[in-house]
Amino acid sequence: MLGIHQIYGRRRVQLNIILPLLCRYYYASRTDNMLSTNVKTLRKTRNTPSRPVTVARLYSSNKHNSKVPKVPTWEPLGEDRIPSLPQVSSDLVDKLERLALVDFRTKEGLVCLERAIRFADHLNMVDTTGVEPMDSVLEHGQLFLRGDTVTEGDCAEKLLPLSNTTVEEYFVAPPETFHFQGGRTESVHVKHSEF
Amino acid sequence: PGRDAPAQSRSNRTFSMLEYVLACLCRSRPHELVGVVGLEIHAQIQSNTKLFSGSKVGFSAPPNSLVSFFDASLPGTLPVLNRRCVEAAVMTALALNCTINKKSFFDRKHYFYADLPAGYQITQQRRAVAVDGQLAYSLLGGRKRNQIQSRTVRIKQIQLEQDSGKSLHDDQRSQTLIDLNRAGVGLMELVMEPDMSCGEQAAAAVRELQLVLQALGTCQGNMSEGQLRVDANVSVHRPGEELGVRTEVKNINSARFLSRAIDYEIQRQIEALGRGEAVLNETRTYDSKSGFMPEPNLPPLVVYEDRGSVPAGLLGAEGVVVLEGLREGLPELPSVKRARLVRSYGLLPEHSFTLVNEDGLMEYFEAVVKETRKEPRKLIGWVTNELLGHLKHHNLSVSKCPVSPSALAELLELQEAGHISSTVAKQVASLSPSVCDSVSLSVSVRALQEGNKKVLNRLMGLVQKETKGRADPVLVRSLLEEKTS
Repeated sequence: MLGIHQIYGRRRVQLNIILPLLCRYYYASRTDNMLSTNVKTLRKTRNTPSRPVTVARLYSSNKHNSKVPKVPTWEPLGEDRIPSLPQVSSDLVDKLERLALVDFRTKEGLVCLERAIRFADHLNMVDTTGVEPMDSVLEHGQLFLRGDTVTEGDCAEKLLPLSNTTVEEYFVAPPETFHFQGGRTESVHVKHSEF
Repeated sequence: PGRDAPAQSRSNRTFSMLEYVLACLCRSRPHELVGVVGLEIHAQIQSNTKLFSGSKVGFSAPPNSLVSFFDASLPGTLPVLNRRCVEAAVMTALALNCTINKKSFFDRKHYFYADLPAGYQITQQRRAVAVDGQLAYSLLGGRKRNQIQSRTVRIKQIQLEQDSGKSLHDDQRSQTLIDLNRAGVGLMELVMEPDMSCGEQAAAAVRELQLVLQALGTCQGNMSEGQLRVDANVSVHRPGEELGVRTEVKNINSARFLSRAIDYEIQRQIEALGRGEAVLNETRTYDSKSGFMPEPNLPPLVVYEDRGSVPAGLLGAEGVVVLEGLREGLPELPSVKRARLVRSYGLLPEHSFTLVNEDGLMEYFEAVVKETRKEPRKLIGWVTNELLGHLKHHNLSVSKCPVSPSALAELLELQEAGHISSTVAKQVASLSPSVCDSVSLSVSVRALQEGNKKVLNRLMGLVQKETKGRADPVLVRSLLEEKTS
């Protein structure tokens, strides 16, 4: 989704407003599919429950208090209210491919990109005036500071086997990963001896 | 990737010419192009463990032996901030007169590189721990290099960030070897405003910063070991006009090379513009602001002004940084040291500048002063000119000086009392091999006196030969003695 941010700038929205909106859109499309499918087929699917599931905590005296509203408290957004999509230029596709390291220059790829952008466009319809962007759920918490004593490390024998290739206790990376990245240019080259 | 370093191939003579020309340009000549230099300095924090993990910080350890699971970015690991690193950044900021942001944030800077296993570096882009400081530094200028020029450079911000691992390129086998020992080590990034105009100023500023960091103990400042990494942003413009296109000079591992590389780049840009070419910015092909997001695993870093402002629940916990205590505990900074030397010993500013600039020289000088009744002002020339000059000539550091402070004190007492001439004293101070091999100073002094007597006798013989025995021996001897003392 980093690519989407590049186009539309960063809009960060309180999660408790946007989640129901996205869920509504998602579930709306799913319900349509369910209605058109044979109920028998549905039962055959292993992961889909055949009746509503009730959650119960066996040893709790409180009833389970679900935060999910039982009735929708939001309004579905008509497709026409979303502003129209600007053209995705070739330069933009180039930049996205480089950032994401994914090739999607095919027709299907571009269609998929446009639909993904359209999906994310719902975010633009949310009114965020006076709402401070949230960084994380921890943002009002206290950052714990650790004392400066050595407590870990010295586990090369556990880390090196995690890699496919190692050379004498070094990890190995193929040279193709060294295009320009982040402006770093340290280059130390190994000198080869006869041994 | 990366600028090559052609500066090293130039001869010394070309460089002193270049430096002279650029020194002229550094003074105001409004229609000439002048250099504009801004530095970005990464200082490795001197701590036992890394910034966000409890693995050891060390140099020259077996590859990948100082790496924790977090440093290797294995899933399920989380960053835990090291209090010592926060204190180091705050102390450095206080020493450089910065404003401390009581609340600062951590961000992720994303880019792909094999020695950055997580794919991002935790840094402070939105709000750094300290902003708006300044570094005062001095240059020894003038024709005899004995005039102090004081300058300041503004510090834009100081931020905490992670270091990356090390990559060794094995071109023969088309692979890159990765060592993550350095991955996650705490760095202080000091961003300076472009207040400098040539390499000499940049080198002097970096030297002063090294001294400050070493005095604070927050960074050892060894450029050759990579503890202090300097990147220079260089452009040229006519004073009063807008700034030109910047290029970056990176991978500099000594202050002297920094000065030359910057001056070379300034000259290159001036020549290119003179030919009508544009200066190309080769290193930045991306907008440098991209790839940032807030670090979701770390709440804001809070630093408290005094113990009174710490919330009740946290007082007494070791996980709290309080400015008051750090401010009071700051050691003697180089500028204060220099002023003290001038006051206590009646030295000139350029003398104290040299004493503080050379590692260990101040301690040597103070030891000599203790051992002799001679006035410090009369000793300083011997220490900063004679002794230091010879140390440099023999490529020795002060710690390896073969003449101990007490020996030098003894020597100078003898010279003062007239028992030995200043020529002999200078010869001893020149650290010639015969002196270094001697067991005691008086032995070496006597040896030189005897040696000189032998030379004198030989000269007498030659004079008599030339004058065919007609010269008055007493007169000749006294003349020769006059000449050689």
